[in-house]
Amino acid sequence: MPSLLHQFWVDLLQDLPRFTETLVKMPGADKETDLSERIESFLSELKRCGSGAGSLRGSAETARETTALLRRITAQARWGNAGDLMEIIRKEGRRMTAAQPSETTVGNMVRRVLKIIREEYARSRGSTEEADQQESLHKLLTSGGSSEDNFRQHFAHLKANVIEAINELLTELEGTTDNISMQALEHIHSNEVIMTIGRSRTVEAFLKDAARKRKFHVMVAECAPFCQGHEMATSLSKEDIETTVIPDAAIFAVMSRVNKVIIGTQTVLANGGLRAVNGTHTLALAAKHHSTPLIVCAPMFKLSPQFPNEEDTFHKFVSPHEVLPFTEGEILSKVNAHGPVFDYVPPELITLFISNIGGNAPSYIYRLMSELYHPEDHEL
Amino acid sequence: MADSDGRQVDSINNATGKELTKEEKQRLRKEKKQHKKSKKDDKGPPEKEKEKGKASVPAPSKPATQSPAHKAAPAPVNASASESPAAAEKPAKSKAELRAERRARQDSDRASKQGKKEGGQQSASSKPKATPNELQPVVKRLPEHVQVDDPAALKKLAKKLERQQVPLRSDYGYKVSLFSHLHQYSRKNPPTQQIRYSVNLHHVLGLQYSQGIIAGSNARSVGLLHAFKQVIQDYNTPPNEELSRDLVNKLSPYISFLSQCRPLSASMGNAIKYIKKEISNIPSQCKEEEAKGKLQACIDSYINEKIILASEAISKYAIEKISNGDVILVYGCSSLVNHILCEAFEKQRKFRVIVVDSRPRLEGRETLRRLVKKGIRCTYVLISALSYILPEVSKVFLGAHALLANGYVMSRVGTSQIALVAKAYNVPVLVCCETYKFCERVQTDSFVSNELDDPDDLIVTRNGKTHLENWQTVKSLGLLNLVYDVTPPDFVDLVITDLGMIPCTSVPVVLRVKNVDQ
Repeated sequence: MPSLLHQFWVDLLQDLPRFTETLVKMPGADKETDLSERIESFLSELKRCGSGAGSLRGSAETARETTALLRRITAQARWGNAGDLMEIIRKEGRRMTAAQPSETTVGNMVRRVLKIIREEYARSRGSTEEADQQESLHKLLTSGGSSEDNFRQHFAHLKANVIEAINELLTELEGTTDNISMQALEHIHSNEVIMTIGRSRTVEAFLKDAARKRKFHVMVAECAPFCQGHEMATSLSKEDIETTVIPDAAIFAVMSRVNKVIIGTQTVLANGGLRAVNGTHTLALAAKHHSTPLIVCAPMFKLSPQFPNEEDTFHKFVSPHEVLPFTEGEILSKVNAHGPVFDYVPPELITLFISNIGGNAPSYIYRLMSELYHPEDHEL
Repeated sequence: MADSDGRQVDSINNATGKELTKEEKQRLRKEKKQHKKSKKDDKGPPEKEKEKGKASVPAPSKPATQSPAHKAAPAPVNASASESPAAAEKPAKSKAELRAERRARQDSDRASKQGKKEGGQQSASSKPKATPNELQPVVKRLPEHVQVDDPAALKKLAKKLERQQVPLRSDYGYKVSLFSHLHQYSRKNPPTQQIRYSVNLHHVLGLQYSQGIIAGSNARSVGLLHAFKQVIQDYNTPPNEELSRDLVNKLSPYISFLSQCRPLSASMGNAIKYIKKEISNIPSQCKEEEAKGKLQACIDSYINEKIILASEAISKYAIEKISNGDVILVYGCSSLVNHILCEAFEKQRKFRVIVVDSRPRLEGRETLRRLVKKGIRCTYVLISALSYILPEVSKVFLGAHALLANGYVMSRVGTSQIALVAKAYNVPVLVCCETYKFCERVQTDSFVSNELDDPDDLIVTRNGKTHLENWQTVKSLGLLNLVYDVTPPDFVDLVITDLGMIPCTSVPVVLRVKNVDQ
């Protein structure tokens, strides 16, 4: 991208006189501008890379960058007590999710950090964690006062504790793909035919890990119009896995010979359903018809507290040019072409979720979610 | 092309130097057939005849199979070529005698079998002019195009093609192991490249088939029939031969060539059966010009009845099923469904159409062009967006390539998926199919008999990157480009044919009615 590089140098040379001035300014103000710049650049990255062609970076990377940015905000922003910090993070979180609504990992990480802050606060205050978490009817009736005022107390070590907890979260994020791949041998045996769709880095690592010890066959549905399945197939075949690329139309035709369907997803919704790449619902229905198990490899940071909604179940589209190219010019103006990016898969069609904390049934997802996020954070 | 057939009969005729009478030729043929049969004992019971009450009883004294290549298998080419010595019919005068003898034998057989079999099949035998095939065990020879993994079958095919001077096409690319029993050709190497001598109409037709210029079972059948009309026009009966026997032999190499270009469809198979039957029914005293004229008229009437008028009838029924305000989903390009929609639009029905398309053929764009030209409001999506678009849809109209005897619908790959998802959303699925596409085959999955298209079609360049460019170099990577798939009958709500609107499971009834009529 020559224009960006050029822009960078232009900016640097322009800022050089100002930069030397800032060296004598207050360090706090400098950190703030630096922080806001970073946030701005992150937001513009988010806006840019959500073209639906698979983001330029995977969700894991996005999650890591979001968490790193939130740690920086905690470290550098000005706040006095936990309530202030949560307000700041919530504000930034709203801006980030608004920049790219389909990238739900951003919002998920924000909610995780908010939960961390609440926990650290509660620990500093000395009250047990469990008491705060349970939302039983009894609690609601007897608690009385709202919990908002509770966050106004100032604790000296809160900052350090929160940053340490966020670092733990980051280490957890680093290891998710490995944790999931480690479970591969428990689920794949020899001479199996596995079907997958599109390109998922998690599933790729999962299958490659199993291929080190077992021999099996993979069928990849190419997932038009972006045909990311091609990339997946070339990558798998380099590890000597027998791979076949099939067009989307042949999914039901070959399903009778498939033993397992293993897919990745963009988001796991609160009811256990999926928001995955388009074509996944057809795949899930075909698997159900043949009673083939459908396994979803999804790390925990993809779990989102949203429920599926009529309006925004298919809320992201790509340019119809991908579907019906401009070379078909004469009929283009008279035809509506649609290019939805995501599909909703209801939880009844899913057999198993494999995440970094182990395997779960879709009916258990609500419980995992309550452990990850605080109910008050569901709406940022 | 009289010299292209190395028929042993001809050589025998020339060897004796005398003109053998028809009866002697017939006797020669019978002996030869018996000789061949004793050699081929391990190949299983020979083909059974289904038409005209001919006996399929394996009587050793007479050749059991008088099949003029009327087969249920979709590749009549192979069997017909190998049985062409006996392919011609007996002269008309002794046919009646033979038929009477056979009927007597059948009745006695039936009487003995009734003692063994249960009542269900006795109803069939109670009919006076019963179809004997109900009770006879019908074992069909496997068509060649599903025996690619058998080296013996391949050798046999190669020998046959050499005899007919038809170029043999070689497979291309790495084949997925599940489909090692099918051919996989490359579009860049059509068999027409190997034609050294004069180019005929059927070579042009074969090239059009292999390049996909003529696609769709109706179009291919019509092309085939027109080519046959030309062949009949140019045909001259050689001396000492009968038109009814020789013309069938002449057609065999053309059919082999066309099936090398692209495997024959079920509709083409039925059309070929019909033509061969018509040719063999020409009485021997008919003059050549008269016979040719008759055959051409037969072909014209076949096209007219079975394709053109049938589509009119189907449109009439289908338009009853289209109401104002409907949102109709169609898949790919079916000439019949397009015709129905255009007719409905002309009859002032208010509806809009959603065209679903799939890679790599992208036939839906052709449908889109035709409908937009008519003025119908259309929406276009790819098949992966099916779950998105289906909640808006009120009906699904699908075309078919063939309807199998167990009620399964064989159609373009992706049709079964559409039917599956439509069923999940409770949208009615209507299949439109002419009766000449009904075939006696049965199939339960899309693997055992299918067509593999050129795997290079799946390669696509996006954003300047072609991931699959060198797929041949990677040894564990395969591309699969299926052409057909089968839809189970529980996904299909209604089949609209020229005989009316029937459920999927009534296909064998229609087949039986057709057989009785013929």
